Amino acid sequence: MIVKDRCAALQEGFAPGWKVQEAPRPLEKTRMDLDRDDVSNPGGGFRMRQPSAKDAFLTAPERSTETPARAQSPALQTLDLTRRYGALTALDRMNLTIRTGAIFGLLGPNGAGKSTAIKMLTTILPPSSGTALIAGFDICKQPRDVRRHLGYIPQAVSAENILTGGENMQLFAKLYDVPSKVRRERIEEALALVSLTEFSKTQVKRYSGGMIRRLEIAIALVHRPPVLVLDEPTVGLDPAARFAIWDRLHSLRQQNGMTILITTHQMHEAEELCDEVAILNKGQIVACGPISALKAQIGPEASLDDVFIAHTGSTIEEGGFSDAFRSRRTAKRLD
Amino acid sequence: MHSEVAVQPSAWTEPVPRFSFLRAMAAVTEGEVRKLLHDPIEIVGRIIQPTVWIMIFAPVFSSFHMLQGGNLRYIDYIVPGILAQSVLFISVIYGVGLLWERDLGLLQKFLVSPASRGALVLGKAIASGLRNLPQIVIVYILASFATVKLRWNPLSLLAVMVLVILGSGLFCMISMLVACIMKNRERFLGVNQLLTAPVFFASNALYPLTLMPWWLRKICIFNPLTYIVDGLRGCMLAKGHSTYGLWLDFLIPIPMIALLVMLTAWFYPRVEY
Repeated sequence: MIVKDRCAALQEGFAPGWKVQEAPRPLEKTRMDLDRDDVSNPGGGFRMRQPSAKDAFLTAPERSTETPARAQSPALQTLDLTRRYGALTALDRMNLTIRTGAIFGLLGPNGAGKSTAIKMLTTILPPSSGTALIAGFDICKQPRDVRRHLGYIPQAVSAENILTGGENMQLFAKLYDVPSKVRRERIEEALALVSLTEFSKTQVKRYSGGMIRRLEIAIALVHRPPVLVLDEPTVGLDPAARFAIWDRLHSLRQQNGMTILITTHQMHEAEELCDEVAILNKGQIVACGPISALKAQIGPEASLDDVFIAHTGSTIEEGGFSDAFRSRRTAKRLD
Repeated sequence: MHSEVAVQPSAWTEPVPRFSFLRAMAAVTEGEVRKLLHDPIEIVGRIIQPTVWIMIFAPVFSSFHMLQGGNLRYIDYIVPGILAQSVLFISVIYGVGLLWERDLGLLQKFLVSPASRGALVLGKAIASGLRNLPQIVIVYILASFATVKLRWNPLSLLAVMVLVILGSGLFCMISMLVACIMKNRERFLGVNQLLTAPVFFASNALYPLTLMPWWLRKICIFNPLTYIVDGLRGCMLAKGHSTYGLWLDFLIPIPMIALLVMLTAWFYPRVEY
């Protein structure tokens, strides 16, 4: 029997390898307290919600600012990364540096160039000029090495729904050359990390939306990549499933020192997850840096929404039919 | 500017194992076969078409006495053609699967894996062949009901299986190539229909080439389905023989598949552009 995602989200705190958070202690300000104290975000949805018993499980672990050993060098760096489609420049000389162990958000309205950037970084699309380095490998010259060091979760649902969760894991573990000696162990470990061990023999079509996303995270982790790229990771998920995914991402960073790049339309998601963000508009980076610094540039009480609007406010969405179709279909499939 | 980057390649992942290409190909094939095992109802749907051809079309066309002087009845003659037709019609739909995978996000996942594009498409081609094997059982059962005299020795059966896998792989590759170039379902289906009907009718599946005008015969010689049907006729039927020689029937699809795999592997990621 499939347990619906809200129940699963509550159970997640007990997954092996997952750090269970205790209820907030009185003298120690938690992120939830900070959210409540922050009056600069009236009506800010998630930020203003009242803490509940569930927060004991769902409060994300404290962010680590650095991870050992590999924290010195950038995990991902783009160097004048450009993509042109005929006369249209979808991405114009993007220069980004993401330090190891960071969670970095790529924000922007539809058609800003986020998907083009992600496609190039994941080596699906060759750049027109410029390049990027991921875990030290050049996306143009060493695309297979880049792919070997990259975990990727596309916006659209990428698990094969006829197969079981375990079969999906097997398929991608083999494609990523996970040695047969450790394959089973790795699969079990990854499934345990996302609390899906007991559903490994269930067909994905019987999973809830949150479970599918968690399976996709497990699939992306099976080869233990140092860099994880997520395209709109929580589109179409209900709040409980969304919080569970956020917690997983925090956990991955904190426990494994993983570098995570996400794209999102949702400002509260970026605020909740990211250390730094870059805002793309019409193919160019119009703002980049720590969220607090970007807010401070706009005003003392500015929210990330204000920052976004200040930099892209006059922009009419340009994503068109395919973007809308893809995001709505994904939402429908995860429903 | 490039020299500013000091990071060294990570040692988090394992060294590349040997035979990575074959492993990836086998993984894709296994995944596709598992999908059929999870959803065997698809096989039931495949019974209809050969049943219609063997039970309705063949008896009607037998009355035209198209085969002059041979030792085969028309029903015998047409059975290998119907197996080849089943293989053709099932395999050419494979391209839709590719477009579906692209829309789902699965294709992106495949493309972002370190597996070679050639391994991915060849895995699909082999899977298409394996998924077509139940069609042999269906056609053999129907043919037995229609009193067609078949060869049941293991070598002949093995040869039929190999031909089905070759034919299916070939048409699956054509279909995937068309899908990669067309990029959307409507255009794909249009072009696919444009290709499928001529490939089927401009072959020896339903009637001997000797009944065709000379120019059509010339075209049929370049049609790979002609050799698949000819080989099946030689291997399946008790009194059947191959017109072009079995070695040619088996060899001709192989370079075609190799060429198509290379072309499809090149176009495969471009479906995402």
